[in-house]
Amino acid sequence: MPSATQPLASTLRRASRAMVDRWLFRLDRPEPSPIVLHQRRIYVLPTNAGLGLAVSLLAMLIASINYSLSLGFGLTFLIAGIGIASIIHAFRNLFGLSLSAGRCEPAFCGESARFVFHVTNSRRWRRPALRLRLHGGETAFDLAAADVTNVELASPATHRGWLPAGRMTLETTWPLGLIRAWSVFLPDLACIVYPQPERAPPPLPLGAAEGGNGRRLANTGDEDFHGLRPYRDSDSPRHVAWKALARGAPLLTKQYAGHRGEDVVLDWHTLPATLGDEQRLSRLTAWLLAAERAGHRYALKLPSARIDAGQGEPHLHRCLRALALHRASDTPPAESNRDAR
Amino acid sequence: MRAERMRHDAHAGGAIASLTPPSLTLQQGLWLLAAAGVTLAPHASYLPWWIITACASLLGWRAWLLWQRRLPPHRVLLLLLTLACGVAVRQEYGHFFGKDPGVALLALLLCLKLLEIRRSRDVRAAVLLCFFLQMAVFFEDQSPLIALAALSGTWLAVVTLLALADANAAHRAQMRTGALLLAQGLPFMLMLFLLFPRVQGPLWGLPADATGARSGLSDTMSPGSISDLSVSPDIAFRVEFSGSPPEPSARYWRGPVFTRFDGRTWRAERPIEASTPFYTPSGRRFDYRITLEPHDQRWLLALDFPGAGAGAVRGDGAGAGPIRFTNLAQALLPRPLQSRSRFELSAWPGTATGLQETAATLTAALALPDGFNPRSRELARQLAAGAGSDAVILDRVVSYLSESRLTYTLKPPLLGRDAVDEFLFETRRGFCEHFASAFTVLLRGAGVPARVVAGYQGGEVNPIDGNLVVRQSDAHAWAEVWLGGRGWVRVDPTALAAPQRIEAGLAAALPEGEDLPLMMRQDLGWLRNLRHRWEALANAWDQRVLGYNPERQREFLASLGFGKVGWPQLVALMSGVGLILIGGLMAWASWQRRLQDPLERSWQVFCKRLARAGHPRAPWEGPHDYGRRLALALPRQADELLRITASYARLRYGSGANRADIRALNRQIRNFELQ
Repeated sequence: MPSATQPLASTLRRASRAMVDRWLFRLDRPEPSPIVLHQRRIYVLPTNAGLGLAVSLLAMLIASINYSLSLGFGLTFLIAGIGIASIIHAFRNLFGLSLSAGRCEPAFCGESARFVFHVTNSRRWRRPALRLRLHGGETAFDLAAADVTNVELASPATHRGWLPAGRMTLETTWPLGLIRAWSVFLPDLACIVYPQPERAPPPLPLGAAEGGNGRRLANTGDEDFHGLRPYRDSDSPRHVAWKALARGAPLLTKQYAGHRGEDVVLDWHTLPATLGDEQRLSRLTAWLLAAERAGHRYALKLPSARIDAGQGEPHLHRCLRALALHRASDTPPAESNRDAR
Repeated sequence: MRAERMRHDAHAGGAIASLTPPSLTLQQGLWLLAAAGVTLAPHASYLPWWIITACASLLGWRAWLLWQRRLPPHRVLLLLLTLACGVAVRQEYGHFFGKDPGVALLALLLCLKLLEIRRSRDVRAAVLLCFFLQMAVFFEDQSPLIALAALSGTWLAVVTLLALADANAAHRAQMRTGALLLAQGLPFMLMLFLLFPRVQGPLWGLPADATGARSGLSDTMSPGSISDLSVSPDIAFRVEFSGSPPEPSARYWRGPVFTRFDGRTWRAERPIEASTPFYTPSGRRFDYRITLEPHDQRWLLALDFPGAGAGAVRGDGAGAGPIRFTNLAQALLPRPLQSRSRFELSAWPGTATGLQETAATLTAALALPDGFNPRSRELARQLAAGAGSDAVILDRVVSYLSESRLTYTLKPPLLGRDAVDEFLFETRRGFCEHFASAFTVLLRGAGVPARVVAGYQGGEVNPIDGNLVVRQSDAHAWAEVWLGGRGWVRVDPTALAAPQRIEAGLAAALPEGEDLPLMMRQDLGWLRNLRHRWEALANAWDQRVLGYNPERQREFLASLGFGKVGWPQLVALMSGVGLILIGGLMAWASWQRRLQDPLERSWQVFCKRLARAGHPRAPWEGPHDYGRRLALALPRQADELLRITASYARLRYGSGANRADIRALNRQIRNFELQ
């Protein structure tokens, strides 16, 4: 949203782009997969190199006229003809491609969300030099004949809540780099972004548990090995089961149990009043991760929601999702079963 | 969706690096080197030797770096090299402006650019330089071979750009795509070449060295100052007679007329010009079409004697304009001829000219400088003594020259101050200039008005296309004598010593032991035949391709049925044809699509039909799931639906699908009717 402090120019640029998107590209709402690139949604314009060539051709044409060089005309027109043919080739490189939204793993705020798309080439020839762009990031790829490729695109997750993939372009400057053919679309794909975990959170509020019915196991310390689970990006390398890895096992994370089975209630309202909303969410996120890692059963209380005590990955994601969507100003985009957990 | 065949996952991050390669890949580099080499090769005959050497070394250096996979040389070194090249070019030409230093600089810049390449933008710049240099060759030569070289250079440049855009493709695929692009560009080229509104250049003044006009004729003549006449087989002009050509002995193509003589050098007088001839054409008329190579002079080199009959004169090309006639029986162009041009002319060889000649002209035709050639003047006085008329004197001079055993040679000795004396009495060896000069001096000495005419004589009929080809080696000088009542009478003194020169051409007239360039020798029949064929082809190329100009474009459009067309109509016509061509390409782009995968197409037809009936396939639904759902929804046709979906799944994902199975499924789907 443009604020008053933003320079007028960028506001105008944004407004004009929104208008172009709306009227030219007809981007109103996310469209369902698969998105097939038909004739009417492929656009072509010359690149800077193409404009440079056009200027050069003009100079060559003027020279041909001035010096009455018949072969000069011939060469100029031949290169121009090749340029025109390259428009069709660029168009054909995109024409008929089909693109479907894949998945997006939840990401923490401050990381990048990785959107995955399946791009299908149903034809019997190669489609080289394609580029998928999203939020300024881009991925280059080739498609072999009759092939499907998963294209992954990273986009910085700067706000918690729903991060829609948003306006994407698929483009190519093949064959000669003179013409850029592209297509714009709003895929129906959104990523949920969890709040950023607080960097150095206070210890878990174990004593504050309701009823104090934690069942501390006898003779077990904080750092006791409890078991293995698949590695996740957020895990500390210190907990990776390197020995298991060396034996040929997949990447696993060691879980430690100190307070197994103890119930923790992570309550929004018991946090110090000095904390702002986002800071509270950050702390709760950090605590959720710590509680899960430590093997506690934990419950979450928010002004808007309450999640009963539980444990395990699905529970963790349910809690994190509740935090992510806490008073989220954006209503979630069309709910899709691909990215929800 | 055939997710089973997922090949690889592309990752973000690598994208930026692949857009700006640190240096060229071997493949890209080789294509670029090939493009530059083919572009520069035709320049080798026009650029100074050191530039060719420098270019070759720079290209070799680049190739070596590429081979060794080394990085380009340091920027400072390149900058110094560039400066050195600039200084050297300045030394060579004395300036930077004009075509020749420009081309030299472009050639060096291209080679230096190849060394400098670090990014894809540099490659594109080098390709643009290649295009400019291909164009620059055309200033010197526009022969079919050069056109072929430019075509291959363009193809290589296109393949270079392809290798740049898609470094992962195979060599052969890139060559094929390049050829395809070229083939698809050709119709556009043809259309634009024929229909682009042509304007007669130049748009502004041309630099002095713009055209490669070389003249076989000069506007002065100094017999005895050249000891070895170089004989050039270059074509001066071509003539197409509408009937049979005149006899070889009547084929005199008039250029400059020399009246003033200072003892050593003959000079052309500034003639009086008019829009009609100074004589009345009479006798047999020959209509012909002459295609002149540019010679940077105003002489039309018309066959004696040109006239302005109905439609007698029509020119096109850069020299077009009303043709002027002079009191020296010449036809002149309004401007010096800078480009190959075609004229339609008529000639009346039997015309008498100068019947009523002015006194001033006759006086000028009698002038001899004092103190030169005393022996010749003495001889002239003796020959004139007691003669009743100028005609008698003429006869005496002719018989004197015939009897004095002069030899025709292209390698005469150099002559001193009294050139005519030395030629007539001492060396007795010379070519047409010596003969014409000595003859004219003798006649003037005897009091008969005479002058020297230069031009071309003879020519050779090409048996392939019937055109008369006149070469620089056919350049000739003869004399004209003014006789009361008969006007100017042509006398060819060379014929007195070497009549074959006039009847059969230069090669026949030369004595044994004097060699001509290989292509002009008479004895090598097969070589002559080959040359005739090549020249006929070159002539067709010159006339049809190189000679396509505004005039020719009008004729072409008229032959298509478009009478008078202006710019708007031409632009409309061009756009129309262009749209048709683009439409054809679009059809090609989508036709290939429909050609693919009949199995997928039938399946789409099936899914679409059921979607219309209210049972669309969900994107995630495989054929089996879809079939089961359909079977539940449409129980009456459950069997058929399950059969179709199962056989699609088998053909799509199973092994051993053949055409017959696919056709069978296709038939099944086509025959399937929703009830």
